[in-house]
Amino acid sequence: MNHDHEPEHRHHHGDAPGESHDPAAGPTPPAAPKPTLEEIRDRLAGRTGEHYWRSLDELADNEEFRERLRNEFPRDASVWEDAVSRRRFLQLMGASIALAGLSSCVKQPDEKIVPYVKQPEMLVPGKPLTFASAFELNGFATGILVTSHMGRPTKIQGNPDHPASLGSSDIHSQASILHLYDPDRSQVVRHKNGISTPDKFIAGLQGALDAQKALSGSGLRILTGTTASPTVTGQIADLLKLYPKARWHRYDTTGLANEREGARTAFGVYLQPVYRFDRADVVVSLDSDFLAEGNAHVRYSRDFASRRRVTGERADLNRLFVAESFPTVTGGVADHRLPVTASRVARLAGGLARELEVAGTSIPDTGNGPRGTPRRETGLNSDEQEWLAAAVEDLKKARGSSVVIAGPGQPAEIHALVHAINSELGNFDATVSFVPPPEATPAATGESLADLVGEMNRGEVDLLLIAGCNPSYDAPADLDFAPALARVPMSISHALYNDETARGCTWHVPQSHYLESWGDARAYDGTVSIVQPLIAPLYNTMSLPELLAEFLGRPGSKGYDIVREHWKKRSDRDRKREGFEEIWRKSLNDGVVAGTASTAVRARLRARSAAGPPGKSGRERKGTGTGLDFRVPGSAIEVIFRADPNVLDGRFSNNGWLQELPRPVSKLTWDNAAFISPALAIAMRIEDEDIVEVRTAGKSVRIPALVMPGHPTDSVTLHLGFGRTGAGKVADGTGVDVHPLRISGGMHFTGGSIRKGKGTRKLARTQDHNLMEGRPIFRTATAGEFERDPHFAKHAGHTPTPSESLYPQKEYDGYKWGMSIDLNACTGCNACVIACQSENNIPVVGREEVLNGREMHWIRIDRYYSGDMNNPEIHNQPVACMHCENAPCEPVCPVGATNHDSEGLNVMVYNRCVGTRYCSNNCPYKVRRFNFLQYAEKEDETVQMMYNPDVTVRNRGVMEKCTYCVQRISAARIDAKKEHREIREGEVVTACQSACPAQAITFGNLNDPESAVSKAKAEPRDYGLLTELNTHPRTSYLARISNPNPGIDGKA
Amino acid sequence: MAYKYHVTEGENVAPLIAPGHDYATITDKISGDVLDRKTPRGMMITLAVSFLFVLVLIGAVSYLFYKGVGIWGINIPVGWGFAIVNLVWWIGIGHAGTLISAILLLLHQHWRNAINRFAEAMTLFAVACAGLFPILHLGRPWLAYWLTPYPNTMEVWPNFRSPLVWDVFAISTYLLVSFMFWFVGLIPDLASMRDRARKRWQKICYGVLAMGWRGSARHWHRYETSYLLLAGLATPLVVSVHSVVSFDFAVGIIPGWHATIFPPYFVAGAIYSGFAMVITLMIPVRKLYHLEDFVTDRHLDFMAKVMLGTGLIVLYGYLSELFFAYYSGSEYEGFMMHNRITGPYGWSYALLILCNGLIPQALWSKRVRLNTLALFLISIVVNVGMWLERFVIVVTSLHRDFLPSSWDMYTPTIWDWATYVGSLGVFVWLMFIFVRVMPMISIFEIKHLLPWKGRIYDTSADAN
Repeated sequence: MNHDHEPEHRHHHGDAPGESHDPAAGPTPPAAPKPTLEEIRDRLAGRTGEHYWRSLDELADNEEFRERLRNEFPRDASVWEDAVSRRRFLQLMGASIALAGLSSCVKQPDEKIVPYVKQPEMLVPGKPLTFASAFELNGFATGILVTSHMGRPTKIQGNPDHPASLGSSDIHSQASILHLYDPDRSQVVRHKNGISTPDKFIAGLQGALDAQKALSGSGLRILTGTTASPTVTGQIADLLKLYPKARWHRYDTTGLANEREGARTAFGVYLQPVYRFDRADVVVSLDSDFLAEGNAHVRYSRDFASRRRVTGERADLNRLFVAESFPTVTGGVADHRLPVTASRVARLAGGLARELEVAGTSIPDTGNGPRGTPRRETGLNSDEQEWLAAAVEDLKKARGSSVVIAGPGQPAEIHALVHAINSELGNFDATVSFVPPPEATPAATGESLADLVGEMNRGEVDLLLIAGCNPSYDAPADLDFAPALARVPMSISHALYNDETARGCTWHVPQSHYLESWGDARAYDGTVSIVQPLIAPLYNTMSLPELLAEFLGRPGSKGYDIVREHWKKRSDRDRKREGFEEIWRKSLNDGVVAGTASTAVRARLRARSAAGPPGKSGRERKGTGTGLDFRVPGSAIEVIFRADPNVLDGRFSNNGWLQELPRPVSKLTWDNAAFISPALAIAMRIEDEDIVEVRTAGKSVRIPALVMPGHPTDSVTLHLGFGRTGAGKVADGTGVDVHPLRISGGMHFTGGSIRKGKGTRKLARTQDHNLMEGRPIFRTATAGEFERDPHFAKHAGHTPTPSESLYPQKEYDGYKWGMSIDLNACTGCNACVIACQSENNIPVVGREEVLNGREMHWIRIDRYYSGDMNNPEIHNQPVACMHCENAPCEPVCPVGATNHDSEGLNVMVYNRCVGTRYCSNNCPYKVRRFNFLQYAEKEDETVQMMYNPDVTVRNRGVMEKCTYCVQRISAARIDAKKEHREIREGEVVTACQSACPAQAITFGNLNDPESAVSKAKAEPRDYGLLTELNTHPRTSYLARISNPNPGIDGKA
Repeated sequence: MAYKYHVTEGENVAPLIAPGHDYATITDKISGDVLDRKTPRGMMITLAVSFLFVLVLIGAVSYLFYKGVGIWGINIPVGWGFAIVNLVWWIGIGHAGTLISAILLLLHQHWRNAINRFAEAMTLFAVACAGLFPILHLGRPWLAYWLTPYPNTMEVWPNFRSPLVWDVFAISTYLLVSFMFWFVGLIPDLASMRDRARKRWQKICYGVLAMGWRGSARHWHRYETSYLLLAGLATPLVVSVHSVVSFDFAVGIIPGWHATIFPPYFVAGAIYSGFAMVITLMIPVRKLYHLEDFVTDRHLDFMAKVMLGTGLIVLYGYLSELFFAYYSGSEYEGFMMHNRITGPYGWSYALLILCNGLIPQALWSKRVRLNTLALFLISIVVNVGMWLERFVIVVTSLHRDFLPSSWDMYTPTIWDWATYVGSLGVFVWLMFIFVRVMPMISIFEIKHLLPWKGRIYDTSADAN
């Protein structure tokens, strides 16, 4: 048999379908010029991110590439190539028949398939296992439970035993699983951007270290992000002992520096505040988005939501005041929200301090007006005065049960002042306690980096390790980090991606993903978790402890041994009663090391710690003019930098889920924008998507504008993390890099200007219309209104009763699944959206497709504004399939692909769907999603490993939608049947429900009157969406109750 | 069954057939155009251009099958776009043929004899174009047969509650009956062609198609009976097909769709657009083949009057939609109408009223009706207007429905347009091929219109 015809080879080398070959071209290379592999790679790399998921095959499928393939695999490429000549046809037919009978004659791929000799413990094929681990972000751990299907981690959920999670999770921890399978992840050691080997790297490192040995390490520098890993900290400490003159620098572009310095100003020592929002009756946030960012926001969301629960007809709620420079999740749920520019927050903080008579605050009391009323000379406008007066009034009533919190972008002085205010209010030890900072030696990270760059420029650094940060991309622009890096003789980048910094280093060592390496991490309260791997490294990568072991002269150490040894040593030192082995196993099982939470320390304010009017001397104040309040359009304005809510400082740039996840409030995907207020937009005649030029300190960027109701008037907000180069196919080409505007001293906000530029750029938003048009969609009342009319939500719409129908109601005898979503708890944080995406194999469609209105999320957060456009109320409403009992989608499907099951689920039969889209047209909630193109990844095997095997991957042309996680219901049913019992309450937890930090989602059996969901639906606040259409939705909402101060602007 | 044809028109009324014709000249002229005459240049050009568009359609459909319906502008919430607009438009156009052939036959409107063959062919091709779109618009077009109730081992049936299944029956029945009607009507003429053909292959082709017609009295008797029966069968279809198509919308709960006026209003609209298309095609063909003798100004006048009448019903439909949006008191209905008129697609509604409501009012004037150019232009305006009507119904209703969060815009892509103009190309191409190879006017039927022929049943002798 001619070896040309081995059909099975085609499967290995993915020929483009439909391609034809010249038979003669098989073994002999054609004369046409051959493109090099480099060129092809460049072409592939040149593709921008948002195209990646749907057209990798497309972009690869060009003539040169096929040519190349043909030359590289001549045998395989020359199958099926000619027009079907009779002879050829017979040959092929003969070959097929021969193969059918004599497959052993054909060389099989050289793979050994070995069955389990001993079945691994607990491993039942088809049944997932769950392991506890921890996800570290900005140095702080959140406990997670990772679901593993036959050795493949597929899903991340919160660890109920972990204090920062309590079983819930956030978008970042869940989306981090996508990085594990990201084909763009760095896979090989690189030397000067060429492919190298670990051995060569280690040899090179050994040489450099030997040289440093002689110098006591005076040329050795380590630059890391914030880390709280005890092992890593210990290793670096050991390293600094070995090389006494070496230094460790830390840098985080959006880190905790201000917060830590604030604590030091206030207390003289670095301390980490731990808030108890569950005990706070009044919360005042000064530009802090504590429900969506920071090192414990999942926990804080849970605690906060616990004070927003309303049962029965009485509303006993906490009250939230938020003054913020950008509309955030926290601002969206505030009872009193005040848009202020970041620099003006200082005045509010000062005002609070004055009115609350905080000791040490200089009070410029001119004597007009009694204490407790805002004074004119504070420079506050009437809105601000009103907000402040209400906040002060409520804070005074809630001494010992209130929290005042400042945001990470606020200068240290404000943090110090806020500590003083909390102290004055008697909140210490009641709602605010302090623990030693979990991370290793906090420092003002910006300055630490500046020092390092100085040394690099002076040629004092010979060997530099950069781990867990990307300063070439995000260091302050004035530091000129990249040129300084080029001066270092040996620089080593340890990162997940071959990013901007890695390409500037002489060596790049790919980092193991945390799901494939051993490590440890600490939570906000100091609790230690062991990070355990779920899978062997997919590529030849190293974890940070393993890399540091090389530095410590212990080559080839395994992560497991390093981490275990560290804790063994500690255990021996602590002389715990249990043996180390028990502690170790229990810690791995639980996901937390018991008893490692830090004990609270008594924080004592230093005398006059908050001295001086705030905001006058802060580093951050540099560059902010005083004339901001009287700004005319076109002149000075405040430029505020924030980490993007989804991709943060850029570390999640190559994460398709997060790029495509609509940002809270703005609903923007795949891009960043210059967010401006409606007032500024009108004054400057800027419209959405117009390119504007934002300028600070001589540098400018061109970026599309997006008008954001509730944005402060005199500022523009820019999100970091975009405009990446070479960071991966997803990240590249998304948004605009705003780092050129960001200089030391103006890392969070600074003065600048904005003017309208030429052109526009389309911004892919998932919601174009922001108003409810007077329709009773999101129903809300104040606490006073609610207590007067607890059934207000039901009165806002009409629900037909069964007696109005001619047809008998269907009875559900067994289970009757239903969901209730508490709008009072929901913050719009998006955790449910990513949880659903991960659980249900929901594809990413890319920017173009979002622009086309084809995003695929099964659950979406609708956001509506009401009231004044300059400071609107923000309403977040999660909407997924309602599982209507009279579902309008069902009768219109011509093939009966969507039906009701016996438990009341509206189910989609994917393989019956022919794709008429009639069901979607007829769905009043528009929750159905259609595979207009082949969205699901079919080509990349790595990405496919991530799929949840319990959920069908949908092909093009098929409708899909929320299933109430029917696969989880089935799993529970199987378990229950095996034990001859009913499914228990709480046994079925939907993905969205399990993720929700605020526990806003309740799911269960409506036929069980004792189930949580039945009780929720019996609440007076319960209402259904569009029930007047007689759809009888199984998902209903609990109306939102706000709790504004009755004395403020007529609200009651 | 015998009835009289009365020549009662006054002298100032244009005749239905030009003076000077007898049986022989009619047969010579109409069959000669096919058998003897060299293809006119204009015809060749039209064929070539329309074939270019056929190629466009083939290209667009190939890419569609390769990539999926995502190449179009549809999205969530606008799940239906050009495909459904075109479907309804083509089906509407396809109504003229059956109406002319069947209903006018039963109503003894003998002037129809000059245009029925042409209109039937047009119907057939329009329905064929229409039938293409429901298949193309499927996400998985290769499974289109699942919409039919075929026996299968899984015992899975289509969902008979869905109007799309009714569509399958309505459209396929209509296509079949239209085809039979057209073909049965052709048989005597095919025999004429067979007998007059000089080339052997022509003799064979026409001979096979003529199915052995000899023109005997028995043949004529059977023919007339079956033709009348088919007319009776086809008549309810004129009403049913577009009623069923309108159910696609009326059964939905979307404001702008959920309306009881839809079936009659759609049927009237269908006839309106059907006659408009007959006029649009007939005027140039008449010119090209010098058929002014057979398709006289009087025919055009009649067709213009039908257009005017059905146009008024359609206008009534628009007004009743407006009224019910107001009178229902439903917030969503009211908003839908408001959005239709003032929203981002307001231009389409304004154009629709202009094209379908206002401009055709010029047809009240006899001068306009008898002015070929004016009539031609108005018929095109009506065709555009009727297309816009379907666009307005499909797109403006869907793009802003109940929850403002899901509102979005629909923008057709190049592929939407390619499929649409491609279907137009197919239609024109098929039409011109038909004109080239078949007698486009019913030879034996038009003879009834000869003014000195008092009776209609003595035509058998002239069949050849």
